Amino acid sequence: MALADTTQIARRRLSGGGWWVAWLIAGAAFVALWWFGSGWPVDYPKAAQVPAMRVVGDAMKWLVNEASFGIFSFVDLTRFIAALIEVPYWISSSLLATGLMTTAGSAGVQIFPPVSWIALIGVLGLAGYWAAGWRLAALVVALMAFIALFGQWTAAMVTLASIVIAVPLGVILGLLLGVLSYRAPLVERVITPLLDLMQTVPVFAYLVPVLFLFGFGPTAAIVATIIYAMPPMTRLTVHALRSVPAEIDELGRMVGATPRQRMWRVMIPAAMPGLMIGANQVIMLSLNIVIIASMIGAGGLGFEVLGALRRLDFGVGLEAGFAIVALAIVLDRLSQAVATKLQFQPHRGEDRRSLIARHPYLVASIVLALGCGLLSLVEAGFQTFPAAGQLSTGSFWAELIAWINVNFFTQLEAFKDFLLLNLLIPLKRLLLSLPWLGVVGLVALAGLQLGGWRLMLLTGGLSFLIAATGQWEKAMTTVYLCGIAVAVAALIGIPIGILAAEKRRLWPAVQAMIDTLQTLPSFVYLMPVVMLFRVGDFTAILAVVLYALAPAIRYTAHGLMQVDPTLIEAGRAAGTTRWQLLTKVKLKLAFPEIMLGLNQTIMLALSMLVITALVGTRDLGQEVYIALAKADTGRGIVAGLAIAFIAIIADRLISAGARRTKARLGLK
Amino acid sequence: MTIPTDAAVKLECRSVWKLFGHHAASVYRVSGGQLSDAQLNEHQLIAGVRDVSLKVHEGESFVIMGLSGSGKSTLVRCMSRLIEPTGGEIVFNGENLLAASDKRMIEVRRHQMGMVFQHLALLPQLSVLANVAFPLEIQGIDRARRERRARELIELVGLGGREAFFPRELSGGQQQRVGIARSLSVEPELWFLDEPFSALDPLIRREMQDEFIRLQSVLRKTIVFITHDFDEAIRLADRIAIMKDGRVVQIGTPEEIVLRPADPYVAAFTHNVAKAKVVRTSALMRPHDGRSTSGRVPATATIAQAAPLFGPEAGALEVVDAAGAIVGLIEREQVVTVLLEG
Repeated sequence: MALADTTQIARRRLSGGGWWVAWLIAGAAFVALWWFGSGWPVDYPKAAQVPAMRVVGDAMKWLVNEASFGIFSFVDLTRFIAALIEVPYWISSSLLATGLMTTAGSAGVQIFPPVSWIALIGVLGLAGYWAAGWRLAALVVALMAFIALFGQWTAAMVTLASIVIAVPLGVILGLLLGVLSYRAPLVERVITPLLDLMQTVPVFAYLVPVLFLFGFGPTAAIVATIIYAMPPMTRLTVHALRSVPAEIDELGRMVGATPRQRMWRVMIPAAMPGLMIGANQVIMLSLNIVIIASMIGAGGLGFEVLGALRRLDFGVGLEAGFAIVALAIVLDRLSQAVATKLQFQPHRGEDRRSLIARHPYLVASIVLALGCGLLSLVEAGFQTFPAAGQLSTGSFWAELIAWINVNFFTQLEAFKDFLLLNLLIPLKRLLLSLPWLGVVGLVALAGLQLGGWRLMLLTGGLSFLIAATGQWEKAMTTVYLCGIAVAVAALIGIPIGILAAEKRRLWPAVQAMIDTLQTLPSFVYLMPVVMLFRVGDFTAILAVVLYALAPAIRYTAHGLMQVDPTLIEAGRAAGTTRWQLLTKVKLKLAFPEIMLGLNQTIMLALSMLVITALVGTRDLGQEVYIALAKADTGRGIVAGLAIAFIAIIADRLISAGARRTKARLGLK
Repeated sequence: MTIPTDAAVKLECRSVWKLFGHHAASVYRVSGGQLSDAQLNEHQLIAGVRDVSLKVHEGESFVIMGLSGSGKSTLVRCMSRLIEPTGGEIVFNGENLLAASDKRMIEVRRHQMGMVFQHLALLPQLSVLANVAFPLEIQGIDRARRERRARELIELVGLGGREAFFPRELSGGQQQRVGIARSLSVEPELWFLDEPFSALDPLIRREMQDEFIRLQSVLRKTIVFITHDFDEAIRLADRIAIMKDGRVVQIGTPEEIVLRPADPYVAAFTHNVAKAKVVRTSALMRPHDGRSTSGRVPATATIAQAAPLFGPEAGALEVVDAAGAIVGLIEREQVVTVLLEG
């Protein structure tokens, strides 16, 4: 009590004038170190570096070559898991994409064709109609037809085949881990930092170890997808279970449910809406990752986009990208509708009607699939979408970009050079010249102010680790690229968000736009900017801004729309002008939410930065990418962790700041 | 309602304590079960329930009344061990529940206890029928049997025809009827109701109280009923326990509490109660002195019910018990005094 009291009083005292003094002293020390300092506080000494890359690399080698459980080795275990995943994947891919083959690979002969495109569209449409009526059916059919029409059908089916395996696995694993964390606080304490890392370490960084352990091919891609897409499921499971009203759990105990009954019969069903959000996240993230997964042999739409990027064929890339978006929407809406329908289906008693009367949709689906299969023997168009009917906008996009390049080349170039010379390069030089010790100190001080000594230890410690593992320069380049991109995204996104919130009619359109921006694979953004501005930092920043814009808009609009209407009325009653109402009431109250949007923008920017390494940046992303190309586990993981550390530092500082502001404003 | 004080004791709390805070259990043990305010402060403990002893008799409606934070919800949860008491004994049918194993508690809760919750706690994904049948489903009773039982109860609480509805499709009052039916599905010996009507509109609340009185007249369960509403307590209780800061400050029949509040805190509640509607003639009657009277009044009638019987003339009425035997008399002035007190 006494200790807590004094720290609180001390903090309160500091929050007045005290922090100003602290920052003034720290700032002065920083500047002094920067101007007059030399030696180890400025450049981290090579001799004191932690040989993290070698340690990680050796550990990986040991894991692959030596680790063993006695009768079988660690690699045996992982290969066994891969073989287990292989079975359902083989079924789904035979059914959807390749058909039943005599042997795997291109040498095999097809014994039985995959499901015809007409049949699959029909079945999905029926499912949509059964679950939520004709609107959903129409949406599903239109989106799937779009995929067929633009010649993406086969690729989309390859992707779908691995998604239908990865998503349920991710959902189930995430759910079980969430249940475990909910039950045992110790498990949660261990798992939470792991989840943080799984979400922030770029996928590129762990592709290599996954390859080593699970072998090249679709199963490795599925494993990588699950690692990336599972964490939100676990988090949302814990959150959803915690949000179940206490009385519901008490009910379970009062009716004498065993612990297992309490969890699976009472808590999980009651937490269903939250769990559904988790499943939705798994679907979205899985589709986000398909391109990267295609690098380790998943094939499918991701492969199409990647190929298009290599050829700089923007049209094809865009079409394949939109096919991914279409698939994402179909899976998302359909899974939500089906889950809701199943959950609230009133059970009938004994049903003695005929099979057809009991399961009309199921019977219709089977008839449709078999019918199309038979018809395709006569007419090939039933099996695969006829090539003659396919559309492509490839030439249109190529011509559009060529036209822009021909007519506006000088202007574009001048614009780029101006920004590079006057903003980008000076800022980069400035950041690179900062002394590492000073930066670590300032980051730690920010941690202390915003979240107390625990946060100070975390932020200070992580930034020190970046320096100690010899990643400082590359990390500062990452900070520079990310910082500019986030600043630009905020400058564009926040006003759009304000506009959308003030003029509610605009919101649906804006929402559709940002949803698309976020689901379009990040690679797609690279193509037009590379074609217009060629490779380099400027191009990278532009692509990052495009990708990371959505949350800045979304959170700003949400934050403004959520402001308590009574407070707005109070403002009006006090006679504010529209402008005063916005700046003095709404923006003040929405500030924490806007900060969280900025936080999300930073996270997306960091994940996109790794991908922009493809266009020649010199930051941590490039390091990860090089490690991938060289199959250097240690280098990739260490650089990947450094990116994760930057993300975690930014996240914790901003979240703590937003929490404090919320508490000060008396919001929940 | 009759007051079966001589009936067997169904549930007894003996010096029950619930302390919140670090090391609550060890502090309690060291203290030997008696902690003063100063000791609680010193160890930074918060007392949810302090040294509560009470007896609930078979077939009795026992109401625990207190304002929010008085510990009444904690106490009722201690009784079923939803919350683990820090100390004391909970004796149910002669068995100390605090010594029972988890398995034994599951048995007790499955077959002998039922509970209605303030915020309903209906399972949103189940229909009315499935919600009411849920406790039986947990016990593994087959569908035909549990649904037959559930249909009976749905009929009993007046929701017949709505079996296939989902909770979200019902009004608040209807939802609480589902909660009541569900809590009765296992035919509990002991029925807990935790502020069951607090979340309802005043009019619906009144209606549900009437419904509750009707159900209890049919079922004759042993009831522990929690409320923060003194009027509700007066209406429904055979006996009331009034709680403040985790302690029981008074236990008694509504009459006793209204006529003889133990302290100013209790008196503040009784202040606005119309005594004439609570006090029965049996509480005021005097021995019959043989004088002439002008009528009869049952001993269970309230003063408000007795008053019109006096008419313009009568000076006194004979008080008779259920069998019709004269047990005493009540004078006009006594009744007038009570009526004038409001």
